[in-house]
Amino acid sequence: MAATAHDIAAEQRRLRSSTFTPAILVPALWASVVKLDPRWMVRNPVMFVVEIGAVLTAALTIDPTIFGGAAATRGYNLLVTVILVLTVVFANYAEAVAEGRGRAQAATLRKTKKETPATRLRSDGTTEQISSAKLRKGDIVVVSTNEIIPGDGDVIEGVAYVNEAAITGESAPVLKEPGTDTHSSVTGGTQVATDSLKIRITADPGETFLDRMIALVEGAKRQKTPNEIALTALLAVFTIIFLIVCVTIVPFAAYLGSPLDIATVIALLVCLIPTTIGALLSAIGIAGMDRVTRFNVLAMSGRSVEAAGDINTLLLDKTGTITFGNRLASKFIPASGHTERELAEAALLSSLADETVEGRSIVALAKQLGVEPSLGPGAQSVAEGDELIPFSAETRMSGVVRGGRRIMKGAVDAIEGLVGRPLPEMRAAADVIGREGGTPLGVAVDSEPIGVIYLKDTVKPGMRERFADFRKMGIRTVMVTGDNPLTAGTIAREAGVDDYIAQAKPEDKIRLIKAEQDGGRLVAMTGDGTNDAPALAQADVALALNSGTSAAKEAANMVDLDSDPTKLLDVVMIGKQLLITRGAITTFSIANDVAKYFAIIPAMFVAVFGELSALNVMQLATPKSAILSALIFNAVVIPLLIPLALRGVRYRPTSADALLLRNISIYGLGGIVAPFIGIKLIDLVVGPIAGGL
Amino acid sequence: MLLDIAQIAIVLALILLLVRPMGRYMAAVFTGGRTMLDRFIDPIDGAIYRLSGIDTRQQMDWRAYVKAMLLTNLVMFVMLFVVLETQQFLPLDPDGIGAVDPFLAFNTAASFITNTNWQNYGGENTLSYFSQLFAIIFPQFTSAATGLVCGVAFIRGLGGSTNMGNFYVDLVRSITRILLPISIATGIVFVALGVPATFDGAVTAQTVSGSEQTITRGPVAALASIKHLGTNGGGWFNTNSAHPYENPNPTSNVLENVLMGLIPTSLIYMLGLMIRRMRHAWTLFWVMAGFFLVFQVIAYAGEHAGNPLLTALGLDPAQGNMEGHEVRFGQGLTSLFITSTTAFTTGTVDAMHDSLTPLASLTPISQMLLNMVFGGKGVGFINLIVFAILGVFMVGLMVGRTPEFLGKKIESHEVKLASFAFLMHPLLILFAMAITFALSLDLSSILNPGPHGFSEVMYMYTSQAANNGSAFAGITGNTPWFNVSGGLVIVLGRYVSIVLMLALAGSLAKKKEVPVTIGTMRTEGPLFGGVLAGTVLIIGALTFFPILALGPIVEQLAMLAGRTF
Repeated sequence: MAATAHDIAAEQRRLRSSTFTPAILVPALWASVVKLDPRWMVRNPVMFVVEIGAVLTAALTIDPTIFGGAAATRGYNLLVTVILVLTVVFANYAEAVAEGRGRAQAATLRKTKKETPATRLRSDGTTEQISSAKLRKGDIVVVSTNEIIPGDGDVIEGVAYVNEAAITGESAPVLKEPGTDTHSSVTGGTQVATDSLKIRITADPGETFLDRMIALVEGAKRQKTPNEIALTALLAVFTIIFLIVCVTIVPFAAYLGSPLDIATVIALLVCLIPTTIGALLSAIGIAGMDRVTRFNVLAMSGRSVEAAGDINTLLLDKTGTITFGNRLASKFIPASGHTERELAEAALLSSLADETVEGRSIVALAKQLGVEPSLGPGAQSVAEGDELIPFSAETRMSGVVRGGRRIMKGAVDAIEGLVGRPLPEMRAAADVIGREGGTPLGVAVDSEPIGVIYLKDTVKPGMRERFADFRKMGIRTVMVTGDNPLTAGTIAREAGVDDYIAQAKPEDKIRLIKAEQDGGRLVAMTGDGTNDAPALAQADVALALNSGTSAAKEAANMVDLDSDPTKLLDVVMIGKQLLITRGAITTFSIANDVAKYFAIIPAMFVAVFGELSALNVMQLATPKSAILSALIFNAVVIPLLIPLALRGVRYRPTSADALLLRNISIYGLGGIVAPFIGIKLIDLVVGPIAGGL
Repeated sequence: MLLDIAQIAIVLALILLLVRPMGRYMAAVFTGGRTMLDRFIDPIDGAIYRLSGIDTRQQMDWRAYVKAMLLTNLVMFVMLFVVLETQQFLPLDPDGIGAVDPFLAFNTAASFITNTNWQNYGGENTLSYFSQLFAIIFPQFTSAATGLVCGVAFIRGLGGSTNMGNFYVDLVRSITRILLPISIATGIVFVALGVPATFDGAVTAQTVSGSEQTITRGPVAALASIKHLGTNGGGWFNTNSAHPYENPNPTSNVLENVLMGLIPTSLIYMLGLMIRRMRHAWTLFWVMAGFFLVFQVIAYAGEHAGNPLLTALGLDPAQGNMEGHEVRFGQGLTSLFITSTTAFTTGTVDAMHDSLTPLASLTPISQMLLNMVFGGKGVGFINLIVFAILGVFMVGLMVGRTPEFLGKKIESHEVKLASFAFLMHPLLILFAMAITFALSLDLSSILNPGPHGFSEVMYMYTSQAANNGSAFAGITGNTPWFNVSGGLVIVLGRYVSIVLMLALAGSLAKKKEVPVTIGTMRTEGPLFGGVLAGTVLIIGALTFFPILALGPIVEQLAMLAGRTF
């Protein structure tokens, strides 16, 4: 029996909250030693060079003259070796920590995955008990209350609440029913909380959503992203260049009568090659994916997260993403001779029987206006003697009879029918509302029209600000809706999107995506229905909702476990942050070389060319101390930057120019200045010790 | 000093004034626009196309363009080599000069086919007039044109066209419409200024002291114009433009200086016109100009301060450093000539660079090491684009997008091409030097052992790798090892980066242009200029910091400390 959904949910939440817990930091220590295996190291050319350097200096520690030429003391060679090994271990540690949370998360998911018994429906209608591992695509199973759903599938019969906490970490159960795009798919490992369901299995064992999820969070199939490959190539070339610089400096020094010892040359090489970014590059990538996972979004590849940073156009469904998708009361428009307050009171009473979202929103709006109905005691709730009139398709009205007075609300023509005469004023108000894309509801007490309730589709709070942020980032937002142009225009204006497509059909989405892509733009969208699948497949970044159909999830490159379409906006931010972090640490790493040169070059040659001490701007104690200080700085900067690599560089939406200026100041200029200070400080400590070497 | 600065300012202003008209003219030549010379030159071009069977309608992608360029250059290389080896049988050899040593001929052919004009030979004593004309002056046109058209093809790629034009048509048009007309016009001016133009042999003169002196001469004026206009630099005489027959007076000196700067600077303006991004072009221009000015200040400061060791011996410090300098040009124009010849990769000299103060010698060496301050025909700015792409890739990530250069995404392929192009220059210089020192090859050629000798070898290989050709002197380059290694450095330094960068342009051209938004890092304006300059300084200069420290820097510090080697 699998662990209970509740336990797993709690563990998932804990794992998502923090990286720097002993549970992750301690096992990473061992992992970073295991990763010293050269077969593993060779994937990272920069750190591999450091490892080879460490082997050479280790040989020099045993026999300082093994490679001929000038010889340094054993103690010095040993010290260099130790620092080099630490440099590599630090790099491995960064990667191990980044992987740690994914590993732990995968472990809890595996608990969910354990084989569960399944009740399979035979073709003759009888059932049999088999193991979930034997289920195949197309099998039909019956799952009852408190049973674990044995595999991914679609509900074909029954209505039930399902607890998906094992996957989403969200403990409130979700309603599942057949025949809808959004509430029919279930995931293996989740638990039926009430009633029972008949499910058609849609994935063979090993290919289920849970299997893919485990592989993803574990990073087992992690492949380098395009940008990571490009950066690795650049770092490899830098490594080659500095390798050439360091190899050729040996004969130059010999010609000039200042032969160099090999350990010092290796120290120079390691200081110059971009070890900082080389050490942290893969950790940055893993952590970026992990940040996405922490938002409860499952990215199928790092490539899609990276592409999210490049998005030019966001295609957003109106309903569910930008608006709540329900028509909510937003305003009371009283008829002449009545006050807003009177209307609010009447509207409130007429909605007592109305349990729809619209009805609740009318009550909420009235209360917000501070309505204390004077129509009788306890008027805010159903009072004794009230006769509730529920909505019927026939009357198209609902309301209440209280104290002999009939208080009704409904479509304007229904109200006209009720009072028995045309109501031009009410109709005029209704027309205005209709033109703006809203829905008018007339309110009457007996035969007296009181006014109109303005219902409209409401934009989610915070959306306007987010779209403004996107504009600052140069990302265009396009709203897609099936509504008429008038309604669409109103919502678009209110939400502050850049553009909208009204009366959109599914093929309009594809057409728009292709047009944008032809213009060189990258497009992101969300979707959940089967008819969204082609557009999802066409989009560069496609986020499917977990509640959506399996076709949609198949076509997308990300799945949002919470089924919250606004997550797309977070994913774009994370993609940008990932690229920024990479660029920032690369720039920092390269900029560090300036100070290291000023530490090491004078130290290497000052014995023969005393004049070069003029370049020793940091006034480092001795040549040996200068070299060791630079090397130590080079090593310790890696663990110091691990938190930055894992958390990501702070990102606020703003223009590229402002962002660039800020980041260049911090990581470019900072990268030049910081090592001057750091190396000097280390030298103050190392100087006296290094004297004896 | 004020006079010096005024002279420098006037020459630079002249170059600057010519940037727009010349850039506009060149753009017209390469985009098929009308120019006033068309009426006279169209028939000539037509005849050339018919005679050589060039199909002017044929369009080339980058591969075809590179193939045509390499093939043409190979044929010319063989031709040059044969001429040098057989000059004693060829006409126009009034002084009866024999065949050139094969190693030297290899180095010379490589040098002149690539617009390098490194000279391990003394022109007047090693070459017949026929060789000077066909192995020296002829490739001064074709090599300049080759570089120029490769630059043009690269620009077409940057502009988004996978079709890079027709190499042969570009080559012909650049010679008949740009190099020849200007050379002829300025050649006549040089004759008027006193530069010889004759096919008669050397004359023997009776000196005042009664001894005999052989005065060599020849059709020098023809070379004086194209060697500067084509940023070639190979002189008729061994002492190059310091020789009074190649550069008689300050006026000719100024003209030579302006000619050097003419095409490299206006090429950037042409770039802006051709890709319709003037702001981008001006940003590149001012980054280059900024480096130029800084190096000019260093050169002048170093020369003006002079050598304290000589001052101590009683020399007038107001003179500055005049060792190996021509009094007729003075401090200002000489330092400008030094900066120009290494910025525009001309390689012509009007003073002995070996005699510069170490600080001043940083200017020519650094400009050739960076290899991006304007540069020679076409290929110079390509190197700046290498830095731009690498810089934009690293720094551009910090705006949170896959970096874009001129609207094109820079991905793995482009990064690889650009970084290998960048790698080539230090690789050639450092390896050639390392082999020389590690195996002690021909080290006896070094006149001044120690840091200065180190600088001499560094200067030699750097000048060849940068296809500059200016000589530091102080080292006898005409040895089998230096001839062969130098020749290889020259050839690789020239063609590898051209091929890689044309491949890069071809790759960028194929990509869709990403529209510019407020979220895009712009590849123009001061911020981009700053990024570019920073990239050059950090990744360009850092690569060479150790050898600079062991050469000119330690020399300067030693000189100030009163130490000699």
